[in-house]
Amino acid sequence: MPTLPKLPRPPQIGLLKGLGVTLKTMMSPSTTQQYPHVKPDLPPRTRGVIALMEENCTVCMLCGRECPDWCIYIDSHKEVVPPKEEGARARTRNVLDRFAIDFALCMYCGICVEVCPFDALFWSPEFEYSTYSIRELTHEKEQLRVWMDTVPPPPELDVGADLPKEIEDGLKAARQAAEKAAAAAAPSEAPAAAGKAGGDAPAAQAAEEDIHVEAQVDQEVFDQLVAEGKSERVARAKAKAAYVRKEKARIRAERAGGEG
Amino acid sequence: MEPGLLDFPSLGLSIAVKLLIMVGFFLTAPLVAGYMEHKVLAHQQDRLGPMEAGIGPIKHGVGQLVADGAKFIQKEDIVPTAADKWVFSLAPGVALVPALVVMLVLPLGPGLFGENLGAGVFFALAVSSVSVLGVLMAAWSSANKYSLMGGIRAAAQLIAYELPLVLGAAAVVLQAGTLSLVSIVEAQADFRIFGLLPMWFVLPHAIGFLLFFVASLAELNRPPFDMPIADSEIIFGHMTEYTGIKYAFFMLAEYAGMVVLSAIATVLFLGGWYVLPGVTVPELINWVVAFFGAGPFEFHPVVAGLLGVGVTMGKIFTLVFVMVWFRATFPRLREDQLQRMSWLILIPLGLLNIVVIAIAKVLA
Amino acid sequence: MTETLPERDAGVLPGGPGEGLLVEVRDGGDIVTQEMNLNIGPQHPATHGVLRVVIDLDGERISRATPVIGYMHRGFEKLAEARDYRQIIALVNRHDWLSAFNNELGVAMAVETMMEMEVPDRAQWIRVIMCEWGRILNHLMFVGSFGLELGAITPLFFAFREREDIQHLMETATGGRLHFTYNRIGGVKEDLPAGFLQASAKLIKVIRRGTQQYRDLLFGNEIFMARTKGVGVLPPQIALEYGVSGPTLHATGIGEDSRVTQPYAKYGELDVPVPVGGNGDSFDRFAMLLDRIDASTYIIDQALDRIPPGPCNVKLPKIVKAPEGAVYTRTEAPLGQLGYYLVSDGKKNPWRLKMRTPSFYNISMMPYLLEGALLSDMIAILGSVFFVVGDVDR
Repeated sequence: MPTLPKLPRPPQIGLLKGLGVTLKTMMSPSTTQQYPHVKPDLPPRTRGVIALMEENCTVCMLCGRECPDWCIYIDSHKEVVPPKEEGARARTRNVLDRFAIDFALCMYCGICVEVCPFDALFWSPEFEYSTYSIRELTHEKEQLRVWMDTVPPPPELDVGADLPKEIEDGLKAARQAAEKAAAAAAPSEAPAAAGKAGGDAPAAQAAEEDIHVEAQVDQEVFDQLVAEGKSERVARAKAKAAYVRKEKARIRAERAGGEG
Repeated sequence: MEPGLLDFPSLGLSIAVKLLIMVGFFLTAPLVAGYMEHKVLAHQQDRLGPMEAGIGPIKHGVGQLVADGAKFIQKEDIVPTAADKWVFSLAPGVALVPALVVMLVLPLGPGLFGENLGAGVFFALAVSSVSVLGVLMAAWSSANKYSLMGGIRAAAQLIAYELPLVLGAAAVVLQAGTLSLVSIVEAQADFRIFGLLPMWFVLPHAIGFLLFFVASLAELNRPPFDMPIADSEIIFGHMTEYTGIKYAFFMLAEYAGMVVLSAIATVLFLGGWYVLPGVTVPELINWVVAFFGAGPFEFHPVVAGLLGVGVTMGKIFTLVFVMVWFRATFPRLREDQLQRMSWLILIPLGLLNIVVIAIAKVLA
Repeated sequence: MTETLPERDAGVLPGGPGEGLLVEVRDGGDIVTQEMNLNIGPQHPATHGVLRVVIDLDGERISRATPVIGYMHRGFEKLAEARDYRQIIALVNRHDWLSAFNNELGVAMAVETMMEMEVPDRAQWIRVIMCEWGRILNHLMFVGSFGLELGAITPLFFAFREREDIQHLMETATGGRLHFTYNRIGGVKEDLPAGFLQASAKLIKVIRRGTQQYRDLLFGNEIFMARTKGVGVLPPQIALEYGVSGPTLHATGIGEDSRVTQPYAKYGELDVPVPVGGNGDSFDRFAMLLDRIDASTYIIDQALDRIPPGPCNVKLPKIVKAPEGAVYTRTEAPLGQLGYYLVSDGKKNPWRLKMRTPSFYNISMMPYLLEGALLSDMIAILGSVFFVVGDVDR
């Protein structure tokens, strides 16, 4: 079984050191927030309460079926919509009568929000809806609609993340439109234009993924870090990362050069 | 014994005034100590503590303990079926009253004391340890195993810690040559280290002060010696079965005990109402104004007394602060470790201290 | 011994009202006092939750201790059979509520292994970072509660201060503060928000400052040492026999850690330090927590530099079905070896999901440790044998 050498223990300091810690803490400002006076700053992804965009709901019942604790109650009826054109068939559509979530049962897993195919359910960071009675925790669609106004826009993603699907789709559509327009305008220039409009970013990303570099220690960086007083372990990891970064940049440049 | 400021020609009047002042002190000082515990503990733990309850526009939780008291009164008063009802109901009172009685002999300012007993130290220490009896009564009568464990621990602790407490005080008595608390304060005003530097007894009696302070922590069941009421082990020991106002009595007894033992320590070691060794507040003020060329002021004895009370209070609450500080910082010892520490370290140290003081006294 | 004593009224205590303390003087001068049977729990502040330990006390010394578990049995294993895999992920982060992310990961990995799914690199790295944050969250909780049980109340507030920061950080990414539900089969739910990695790097410094404070406050404290050194000594052999794992095992000097021995996610590419103790006592177990927090910050520090761009999950079919078969995945949860044995008959829910939870094994050697200990030591032992009652009972 692998064992590691003991990490260094701090020197034993004693009771006075502890007294120093508490005294120092007393002198520095406290970190607590005075809640009812100061509202917490909640991130946009906070699962506070589920809001319903009633207009988007088609009563597909997916949320209710996927809910692990069956806390969503949906009632609906069918309505006949008269045909738009003469002679066409009349359509039926579902009309939502009741959409209620029992927040006493809800375990805030977010599966309903995730499965909703029509973007009718959203998370809102709103959390101040506690009640004195458990029955009042069942909230009907009117209240859920009110919470819809508190839904924040989703946060910006990390630089390394793929674009969200919606934006990706939009970009693709725009690209196709541009391609089409270019093709119509000047058939001879079309490939070049397409390459410029859409090719760059995905290609670069694909290249990024393809590059695989075996991690090695960059001796130069390592020595430098050790000289700076970093522990050997940290230095080794950082040196490895630096090596990988450098190597990737090199390969990328090579490829770019090759393509050019 | 010379009469104090509160001794009026009419016996009835002096008794009434003394009682009024003592009860007033008894009702406010523990609240201040409790408030200090709330706020100091909170800030040492990187939080704010009570911030809402207040009196008028003054918030910061100054009214928290009053609000707590009002809440305690409304709580249901539960007496367990198997409990010994009389003992159970009496216990909180027995725990609380000694603190009140001790206040009678505490000199707070020059001439401001209830009674200048000739055996003041003896009386104060004897009475203050009666409150442990209330703890034992509560523990035994609750018919709860946790309470019983707490009671046994409290009893063991009492035996182990009364001795260092008394030994620490005895050295001071030896030095001052009197048992009267007022005279001990005065003796500290005249005391000179090597006949030169005026100093309170805290310096020559550093060991005694340490013993006294540690032992009073143990006697009060304050951390790090709170084994009898260790909440994570035996769930507040003797207080497990108490609710409502009776529980509040125990809490009040704890805070009152903190104030009283700090007051005794102040009187014995920290020079009572003397703001500097051998210097009272009026004298200090006169020095300062003399420095600026103004003439010396005459202070009415009552004003001087009240200024002295302020100084004493400052010292008392400094000690209370240290107690709270210890609570914020230290984990709890184990009962057997405490006993070992008491019998093997503190008591021999106390005896040695007395011997050294006696020799020094004889030589001087 | 108790049998020889007269029957007592249930409401009457030895030494309490109505009865004196029964003391028996045996031949040869041995004084035998009556043993007291004491229920620690299910409602007791030191059992963090609803663990019940029935102890026989001779004075303050424990002559016999029996943990009674099951007060929080919620039927997780059976419930999992009636839930699909996405729901199970939301379910399992509740059995050990202090290491929610690590639990989710175990199930997700089990299903991924069954489906022979390639998890994107970025998702793996995100998982490593989140796992380590989860580990720190868990350990901070125990650092605080252990201090509290020994009577030092301040470390708890300090630990919660740091926990609050981590929870806020994880909330920005997952939306949850305790139950993250961030894993999905084949990756994580959504990618990290902008600024998460920078905030992580900053938070590492805060955590390290925090651990230094706990060290100053508790670790070097003579009272703390007196209370914990040599208390509840667990020999390595006994630990192995009982299947103890995690920090409790590491304190005995055995550095078995599946992040190193059977690396999962991206742990194989990282330098994973496994701090080990030597004495196996309460002090060492507590030391393990602080050392492991430091180790986790070090792992996060490495991972932050290496997280690649790319997708963070794979496209899943509408209904996830694990193929027929069985798989056992083990991960190093904060409290020890966490195993999920997943048997599938090809449906959308598992046929059986057996959980090997670390707390259960940690608690099983409790009678061994408690016998002969003092009542106060019991609290030190209970606090330092790290367990979550929900994780014991499932």
